[in-house]
Amino acid sequence: MVSDKATKRTPSWLSWLVSDDPPGGTVLNVIMVTVLIVFALAPFLFHGVKALGVSSRICIFIILVASYDLMLGYTGIVSFAHTMFFGIGAYGVAIALTKGWVGWGAVILGTAAGAAVSLALATIIGILSLRLRTVFFSMTTLAMASFAQIVAEQWRSLTGGEDGLTFPVPAILKPGFRLLPDPVLGLTINGPVITYYLTFVAALVLFLITLRVVNSPLGLVLRAIRDNEFRVEAMGYQVVAYRTLVCALSAVMASLAGALMALLLGYNGPDVTLSFSLMIDILLMVVIGGMASLYGAVVGAIVVVLAQYYLQNALSMISSEFTGMPLMSGLFHPDRWLLWLGILFVLIVSFLPQGIVGRLRRRR
Amino acid sequence: MSEDWLDRLHRWAPYALTPIIMLIALPVMGVGPWLTLTVAGLSMGILLFLVASGLTLIFGLMDVLNFAHAAFVTVGAYVALTVLGPLAGWTAELSLTLNLVALLVALLAAAAASGILGFGFERVIIRQVYGAPLRQILITIGALTVIEQLVIVLWGPQAVPLPKPASLRGSVLIGASAIETYRLFALCVGLVVAVAMQLFLTRTRLGLVVRAGVENHEMIQSLGYNIRRVFVGVFMAGTALAGMGGMMWAQYQAVVSSQTGDSMTILVFIILIIGGLGSVSGCFIGAILVGLTNNYVGFLAPKLALGSNILLMALILLWQPRGLLPISED
Repeated sequence: MVSDKATKRTPSWLSWLVSDDPPGGTVLNVIMVTVLIVFALAPFLFHGVKALGVSSRICIFIILVASYDLMLGYTGIVSFAHTMFFGIGAYGVAIALTKGWVGWGAVILGTAAGAAVSLALATIIGILSLRLRTVFFSMTTLAMASFAQIVAEQWRSLTGGEDGLTFPVPAILKPGFRLLPDPVLGLTINGPVITYYLTFVAALVLFLITLRVVNSPLGLVLRAIRDNEFRVEAMGYQVVAYRTLVCALSAVMASLAGALMALLLGYNGPDVTLSFSLMIDILLMVVIGGMASLYGAVVGAIVVVLAQYYLQNALSMISSEFTGMPLMSGLFHPDRWLLWLGILFVLIVSFLPQGIVGRLRRRR
Repeated sequence: MSEDWLDRLHRWAPYALTPIIMLIALPVMGVGPWLTLTVAGLSMGILLFLVASGLTLIFGLMDVLNFAHAAFVTVGAYVALTVLGPLAGWTAELSLTLNLVALLVALLAAAAASGILGFGFERVIIRQVYGAPLRQILITIGALTVIEQLVIVLWGPQAVPLPKPASLRGSVLIGASAIETYRLFALCVGLVVAVAMQLFLTRTRLGLVVRAGVENHEMIQSLGYNIRRVFVGVFMAGTALAGMGGMMWAQYQAVVSSQTGDSMTILVFIILIIGGLGSVSGCFIGAILVGLTNNYVGFLAPKLALGSNILLMALILLWQPRGLLPISED
């Protein structure tokens, strides 16, 4: 239904690229095109290490959130183990690069190993526990995620324990590397810029693949399972098999995002990729952006990551207005950004279950 | 005949599990440490029960799993901290009566504050998501974040020490084993609450309605009881119990922080899964099992301690996929 109206106006190759599922609506189209252009040119537009790091983070979170939305928004599964797969991907690369292997060979090996472990684990979890009711599954995955965190903290010889692992990334991603001797348009093409473009291309490609998945017949079955599980079962589809499939797919994507995170930071530890607060961040991104619309993942990731890095400045400005009043200045303390995002989250779940993007798409 | 025997075994096995584990542990670690650890495990278990029982009742009756339950634990702990501040004179004195009065006041304040907060929470948050499990999980997780942040706004981000009252510090010697006084005290308080709760559920008319509601709430409604009112009452009672548990737990650890509740969340969920969601007696067995396992494994294999409860859960689920004492459900 989405495609019919839209294809008339969009060129066919573009329509093929976005799987006949363009953002839709003038506002959202403009936002998405702007986002694409800004991110494609980010290193040229925003100078400075922090801005580049934030942009890379957003790209990685777009992958992570899109893969989570496959489960939450499209299939109606609430898993708290998504950070576990993210962590496995990151540890794959981190361990490969600390245990003596070097260069891209090690990165590919680590990424593949991480993805394989995630795939196997997600399949087992899916087969064993996706028969359970929604809440039961959520609780089980919460316990598993905490177990993964404990393992990462205790298995010191492999994971470096709570200190984590610091490792050398491949030479061309290092800050000292220069691709060209002279700056291009005022920008020196160094390691961080190449890292950024790596995450950008990966995010773009994986996003388009996910878009293809949700608009395929498979995606239709997933949405049908979300809306009426028993009916789909009665029509002869193996609900558990489909759920397991989507769980495995999303786990592999999460672990690819984790591998990119490890390459970006040159470090990995339990707090960076396995913590429960990271899981909360992912939930915030999915819900604020809008469940069951992948463009929501983009909006959600941008809003939440920007809030994490820049809402503090705004809050400290407001906070300084209330210097005489302890309660008010406490509410607007720069470290309370999560409070405001949390309130936004609750309001969105209550009054705008389809999120920002869902709302924009409906008005089309 | 033999089938009859097997049936009986099956029925009693969940109840026998805890004593069996205690008996197995005895020769492995020797009498002295065994007694210390068993008391520690039982008191930890009973505190966990205070928190978990409210959650399991709420789930059983209303089919709502409140992921923000931990927030009420934290609120209870902080309210107790605030109340005990002006009462510092009473708790510092080496007089059991004064200490107990101070603790009782704090306990009641914690329960009242959490209960009242629970009342508002049910109105604002829970009421709009009955029957929608996915939105339930999301909204309660969001509310958990908000309440935790508000706790930091009100009481600050630092962990605050909460010293035990003078006469409950130190330990008593029983034979060769030293037992912390506070643990014995916690065990008594927990048992009193657990017995009171059991009596309420089995001996009063309202308790009967609650138990029947857990089994089948449409039937209760059609018999003319206002199930909504029962929901609100049980929700408040559940959150009040969480507040009490939070106060006792914070005192047990002698520190309050915004993470006080979080540290319990996973354990409480494990207890619910082990016991069977919605079952109060299952919850009791689960809580005691988790408390004991934590202490025994912490002594025998410290590296395994943190993960031991999750392993315990996995083992029990392999044996009884729906938990030890599942409530009947079609």
